[in-house]
Amino acid sequence: MPAAPLLPSGSPALVRRRSGRFVAGVAGGVADHLGVQVLWVRAAFVVLCAISGAGALAYGLLWIFVRQESSEVARKLGRAERQQALGLVALGIGAGLAAAALGNSVVGWIVGPLGVAAVGAAVVWREADEAQRRRWTQGARSGMLAGGRTALWRVVAGAVFVAIGLAVFLVGNLQLGQVQFALLAVLATLAGVAVITVPWWLKLVRDLGEERRERIVETERAEIAAHLHDSVLQTLALIQRQADQPREVVRLARGQERELRHWLYGPTGYGRSGSGDPGLDEGLAEALSKAAAEVEDTYAIDVRPVLVGDRPLDDGLRALVLAAREAMVNAAKHAKVGEVSVYVEVEPAEVHVFVRDRGVGFDPDTVPGDRHGLADSIHGRMARHGGSVRLRSSPGEGTEVHLRMPVAVADRQNPQEATS
Amino acid sequence: MTEPESTEAGSDSPIKVFLVDDHALFRSGVRAELERGIPDVTVVGEAGSVDEAVAAVRHLRPDVVLLDVHMPDGGGAEVLRQLRPELPDVVFLALSVSDAAEDVIAVIRAGARGYVTKTISGRELADAVRRVRSGDAVFSPRLAGFVLDVFSDRPGAAPPGDPELDLLTRRERDVLRLLARGYAYKEIAGELFISVKTVETHVSSVLRKTQLSNRYELSRWASDRRLV
Repeated sequence: MPAAPLLPSGSPALVRRRSGRFVAGVAGGVADHLGVQVLWVRAAFVVLCAISGAGALAYGLLWIFVRQESSEVARKLGRAERQQALGLVALGIGAGLAAAALGNSVVGWIVGPLGVAAVGAAVVWREADEAQRRRWTQGARSGMLAGGRTALWRVVAGAVFVAIGLAVFLVGNLQLGQVQFALLAVLATLAGVAVITVPWWLKLVRDLGEERRERIVETERAEIAAHLHDSVLQTLALIQRQADQPREVVRLARGQERELRHWLYGPTGYGRSGSGDPGLDEGLAEALSKAAAEVEDTYAIDVRPVLVGDRPLDDGLRALVLAAREAMVNAAKHAKVGEVSVYVEVEPAEVHVFVRDRGVGFDPDTVPGDRHGLADSIHGRMARHGGSVRLRSSPGEGTEVHLRMPVAVADRQNPQEATS
Repeated sequence: MTEPESTEAGSDSPIKVFLVDDHALFRSGVRAELERGIPDVTVVGEAGSVDEAVAAVRHLRPDVVLLDVHMPDGGGAEVLRQLRPELPDVVFLALSVSDAAEDVIAVIRAGARGYVTKTISGRELADAVRRVRSGDAVFSPRLAGFVLDVFSDRPGAAPPGDPELDLLTRRERDVLRLLARGYAYKEIAGELFISVKTVETHVSSVLRKTQLSNRYELSRWASDRRLV
């Protein structure tokens, strides 16, 4: 196991297993959640059963309140494991009954009828589970009694079980007058109905959540479709119409690519790798990406910025962006190549920008007049804010402009000395 | 740089390349570019899905597999997961339009020897193929940028757990910077007054760190993709 994943909560969410289960997948789900063997969980439930049936109660409650995993995971319940689980269930029932018998008779009277009621409720709840599964497969919305006659029978049987259990419980435990008995019977029936319908209420709430999530996904998909239609299809149509002008086609395709990237991966076009400061609306990275995009569009060349780090713009950095843009324009105009590399690195005390082309280059000592002027304008702009420019070029070797701009170190709440 | 000499002899027989991409149009484009005027690279086959790719690569045993990052059924990372353990001699080079950091890092951490964007020219692609074939790594400028960003020490970041893997040496940083600036290996060597071989060693070492480091950003991307 190399490198455990660093999730905020290390364990998977608690869900009931859908496959490889013996009763309802509760023990398996708990085992997955805790990262222990299923056998131990089952054994724990059995042991708890001996304490006035607490294990059974816990199992039942988990069955009701923990949702089933939403997708089928291939798991197999082996023969041996099945027998073992069966044995454990029998053991659990036995432990519960033994505890009841050993305890005083009142406990026995409570556990017995309530056990019958619990079996009834379990039958009904199991039905609810299956009804839901059927609905998933058919994709059809169905009511409480979906699934035909068997489902109906199961619900009725469950209800009868619950009623009998409650009746026996009441008759056995209380000596009452007729009015009180009738009142209690009504209350017990209502309680029974409430118990029987609990799973449906729960499922209703969960389904609503699920439906909302699906709707969000649907909306997102529609938005993507609309975006593709608005931009990409338009561009493709334009490209087809101008197929005989390769320069124009490249410009359109590149512009569209950039726009789509911006939409998919954010302002820098390829996602931020961790330094991202969400509060920053336009930082250096975005401003430079924009400048590169403008140059691309204007001169129909390829400018691919690589950005390491980001920080908010200040006056010096704004000047740096303008100077960098000027350098890109220079390369686009004079280098006679289709591609310009731009590399930006934000260091704690200064920001570096490299603009490089592999074009014709020139001899810096015998600079043509127009080029000299532009270099000066870059230089002047940088110098005014304390930055510097280094130019490297020779005929045939391409040109690289290195812009360096110092930045204020302690402008954040983290004035930690960075080691280099 | 574990097998420096054994692969150099590949110059007499062409490098066998296998293409994996779910877009047939793109495959035929790459095939045409590689077969036109590049004698030492030959395309031995192609596949459009993960399953096809796994079966065909097993059967054909190419030298280099050009692997698309995005495909149905798991993409390049899935192919790597299935083939890497049994075919350690086959080299994988990721090829993608995505450029999204998480995709690139995911496929690198799954074992690809490098990453290039699909806009690369045929000649550059052939260079990259030769380079990964001879045991080196290939970093596009953007990948170099990501890696620099990930390994940079920003204030407030968690201290590195394993300095051997979680920190770059100064030389590695220099080499990465020049890669990100668009320099070729030979230009980097000239700039830093070191040999091309040394540049290759540094880049391979950075690749190894990118694949194995537990730095938060890397392991987060990897765990999102269920790679570790």
